[in-house]
This record gives sequence, C-alpha cells and structure tokens, in this order.
Amino acid sequence: MSRWFGPATVRVIEHQAAVQRRFWRGSVFGYVLNPVLFLAAMGFGVGGLVAEGSGKVDGVTYLAFVTPGLMAAAAMQTAAGESLWPVMAGMKWLRTYHAMITTPLGPADVFAGIVTWTGLRATAGGLVFVAVGAALGGVRSPWAPLAAGVAGLTAAAFAAPLAAFAATQETDARFPVIMRVGIVPLFLFSGTFFPVAQLPAVLRPARFASPLWYGVELARAATLGRWDPTLPVKAAVLVAVILAAGVWGRRTFTRRLVQ
Amino acid sequence: MTTPLVEAEGLVKRFGDLVAVAGIDVRVEAGEAFGFLGPNGAGKTSTMRMIACVSPPSAGRLRVLGMDPLRDGPRIRARLGVVHQEDTLDLELTVRENLLIFGRYFSLPRPVIRARADELLAFVQLTDRADDRVDALSGGMRRRLAIARALINEPELLLLDEPTTGLDPQARHLVWDRLHELKATGTTLVLTTHYMDEAEQLCDRLVIMDGGRIVAEGSPRDLIERHVGREVVDLRFTDDTERDAALTRIGTDGVRAEVLPRRLVAYTDDGDRLVAGLGTAGLHPAAMVVRRAGLEDVFLTLTGRSLEE
Repeated sequence: MSRWFGPATVRVIEHQAAVQRRFWRGSVFGYVLNPVLFLAAMGFGVGGLVAEGSGKVDGVTYLAFVTPGLMAAAAMQTAAGESLWPVMAGMKWLRTYHAMITTPLGPADVFAGIVTWTGLRATAGGLVFVAVGAALGGVRSPWAPLAAGVAGLTAAAFAAPLAAFAATQETDARFPVIMRVGIVPLFLFSGTFFPVAQLPAVLRPARFASPLWYGVELARAATLGRWDPTLPVKAAVLVAVILAAGVWGRRTFTRRLVQ
Repeated sequence: MTTPLVEAEGLVKRFGDLVAVAGIDVRVEAGEAFGFLGPNGAGKTSTMRMIACVSPPSAGRLRVLGMDPLRDGPRIRARLGVVHQEDTLDLELTVRENLLIFGRYFSLPRPVIRARADELLAFVQLTDRADDRVDALSGGMRRRLAIARALINEPELLLLDEPTTGLDPQARHLVWDRLHELKATGTTLVLTTHYMDEAEQLCDRLVIMDGGRIVAEGSPRDLIERHVGREVVDLRFTDDTERDAALTRIGTDGVRAEVLPRRLVAYTDDGDRLVAGLGTAGLHPAAMVVRRAGLEDVFLTLTGRSLEE
C-alpha cells in the first residue's frame, strides 16, 4: 500500500484544481454570495427577531452565534457535494480514476487526493466566510481565521467517509437518501442555528455522534475567541473520524479500482 | 538476448468462481506489435489489466519490463502507456489540458509536458482542436486523444484495449494509421481486439484466446497457413442434404471443412479446383465464394465458432 500522503496525493489535487478552474467564476460567486445571503437572512432576519425576544443567544448576538455554525455547515455541504456524485463519476461515469491508476498513482492516492482537495476548498470557503462575517459584524475575535482551518477539518471528516462509501456503490441511488436522512438533519440539529440546549433532553446526547457538532463548536470557539479545555478533544474527534474513514476509504478505493 | 517486456507463465485471473484467464504463457519482445485476438469474454481485457499492473494475478508468474507488478507497480506504470477500451478522458477539460494534467501524474516538469503535448497533438492530428473541450469531440478524435495521452510519458510499452471498437470505418483507419506510425518508430505495442482485420493489419505476432486460454500463437500469415491453408471456399446450400453430399465429395479429396447449418466452409490451397470438382459431381451450391483465408477462419477452425458472434 502506498503512503497516506505524499507527492502522488498532490498530483491528484492538481487534477481536482484543474477541473475546478473551469468553473472558478461560478464557484467564487458561490463562495462569496452564499455567506452573504445566509448571514443576511439568518443574522439580520432571524437575528432581528431574537433581539426583540431574548436579546442574546449564548451570550452573544444571534449573528455572532450563527456565523460559525453556518461556516461549519457550509463545509459539510461542500464535502457532501464533492464526495458522492463526483466519486461515482470518477469510478464509473467518466472513469477518470481508472486512467489515473494506470500511472504511478494508486487508488489510495486518488482517495487521499480528493479528501485533501475537499478540505482545502472548504478552508478557502471558510476564509471567505470569516471575511464576510467580520464585515457584517458576526466575527469578533483575532482567532477567527482558525475557524477556516476548522472548516477544512470538518469537510475532510465528511469527505473521507462519504467518498469511502461512494466507492462501494454501483449506482447513485442511495446518495439522495444520505443527503436527506444524514446531511440535512445534521445541518439543522448540530448546534448550527440554535444551541443544542434548546433540544429535548433525550435528544441532546445525539450531538456527540454528529461530526458537524464538533466542527461548529470549534469554529464558534475561534470566531468568538472563547477557549475551553474540551476543544483539543473535539478537534481530536474530527481527526479520528478522518483517520478511521481513511483506513476504510483506502480499502474501498483499492477494491473498486484494482480488481 | 534482451529481457522480454512482458513475460507470463501460467498466468491466471479468477473473479470468485469465474476463471477469466486460465493459465496463459506469453512473451512480448521489445519492438514488436503483439495482439490478443478473441471474442468478448475470452480473457483479453483481464490479461491486459494484469500487464498494466492494475489487477493482481490470481496465480502464475508475471514480469513486466523485467519487474514484478505486485512489488514494483508504480515503477512499472511510470514506463507504460495505457489506452482503455472506454473513454477515460476528462470531458470537462480541454484537449490540451487533458495532456498537461496527465503528464503531471508522472511528475514530469511542466515545460517538458507542454512541449510533448504540442508534439503529440500534431501526431494525432488534433492541433486545431487543442483548446476545445473534450465533450465536443467525436469518438474517433477522443480515441486519438487517449492515444496521445498514453504517450505523454514516452512509454516503452503501449497497451491498447480494443483500440478501434465502436469507431466508424474512417475513424478506425485514422487510428490504425497512427499505430502504424508508432510501430515504425519502434514503440512496442500490445493490443487486444476482436477484429481479425485489425489483428492482421497491426500485429507482427498474436495469440488467439478463447475461454481464458490461448488456442494458437504465431504471426497472422503463419497462423493462417498452419491452420487453414491459402484459400477458403464458402458454400451455401438450400438444405442440409445437399450440404452433406458436397461434404462427402470434397472429403474424398482430403479437403477439410467446417460444417455449419446449410453452409460449408472449406479450407484448401486451390479453391477453383474444389469448385470445379463439385460441378463435375453435379453439385450446385446456392452461393459460392472463393476468398483468401483470414484469421476469422483460423478462429473458426480452432473453436468451431465464429469470432463475431
């Protein structure tokens, strides 16, 4: 088996970047427009209602509360979009992965490359989010740029298991189910839009099973500049998810491509 | 003597209970054009995948460029070119971008890739399409681009899986033309095909595969002369009684024939003489063609089946 990360991984990232470059106008538009729209709607719209009611959420304005939540959730969305259908395309529809592995690259390099690329894209998206958030007044701490790194880590924690899974599938029939039953509930209930404390007590522990919750917690700590001793543990959980899914994905990619 | 580029002994590929390749011996020397000819399901593609080091052999011994594919896969693949049966191009990228990106997989420096890309685009006659997206290209152009892409690392061995399947006749001739050019400049080619004309056109030497086994090996001329003879007389009858009468008649001359429903395919060195003999005996087939023997006839003789079923 090849290395987890090395020059071969970078070659795959170069490919992903070349494909992305064809669509850069569209994606830059999305990178900037999405945060602006979401922060405007949630921060000012919902935030205005909150200000009239309880005033603050978790001790800060609603805009400041929701900005890191939306940032981490956007990273998850990016990962879901990059790791299901595009992987099926590489394996089956366009078969570009089959071309890659006729070169010195191997299946594990392809897997590591697309997961890393997704992490990098989400990091870039996170930086834009931090900038837009700062401009709108939702980001206060000098530590906020770290939240972009959290976005990258969160994206990788989704990209790795989703790509690993996609490699086991013959069709994309289950992908919409994953989006509806997996991604959408996590998006809504991982402390993204409201504190988990608002949930009924029986449901609250479920947050520990959501990789997004760890990402939201870490991003929020960064944008609000709040340190607490559980943060390294939360970061370690995301890393553990990436490593465990890495073991799985290296295996499923190899099994699918090298027969 | 130099090391063969491909050397297989007792090579086997199994998928669960299915035996795709049932123990084959193959040697490909530098500079030759070597073919695997056979019908679909004969094990050609499985063999190619093993040689391309993207499919571990289930049993047997395989050396490619003198190395072990299991241990040295990436090092071997760095010196191979592979053209797949189906398109594996990046459709959303331009023709040139496909070459530039692929060159990077071999960690070649960008200026080197750019120079080679220009040469290769000229070689496959796609220079004027260099900045078009691949999804705008015809099937024949895509195949030529796939060949150009497989040459970006200046491979010592070019593997082509069914290089002209699905192409129209004109596009096929353009591909053949390019492959002849590569042959002439000394590139070693290994290709699979189920087209006899392709095998006869391109291959110096070939093996005929059927059911995962090699049933014959040699140059196209060699195989035809050894297994069939120079000419083929293809006879059609209105019923099988007439056919059997003709079979008995030609059998007395020691001519061998393949018996098919209302049809005889007779192998001889003198077709006209056979036809004259049938006339003398008062036998008049409904249709009759005398032609040069080809690899199709070799396949029919060896397996009792037609290649293009």
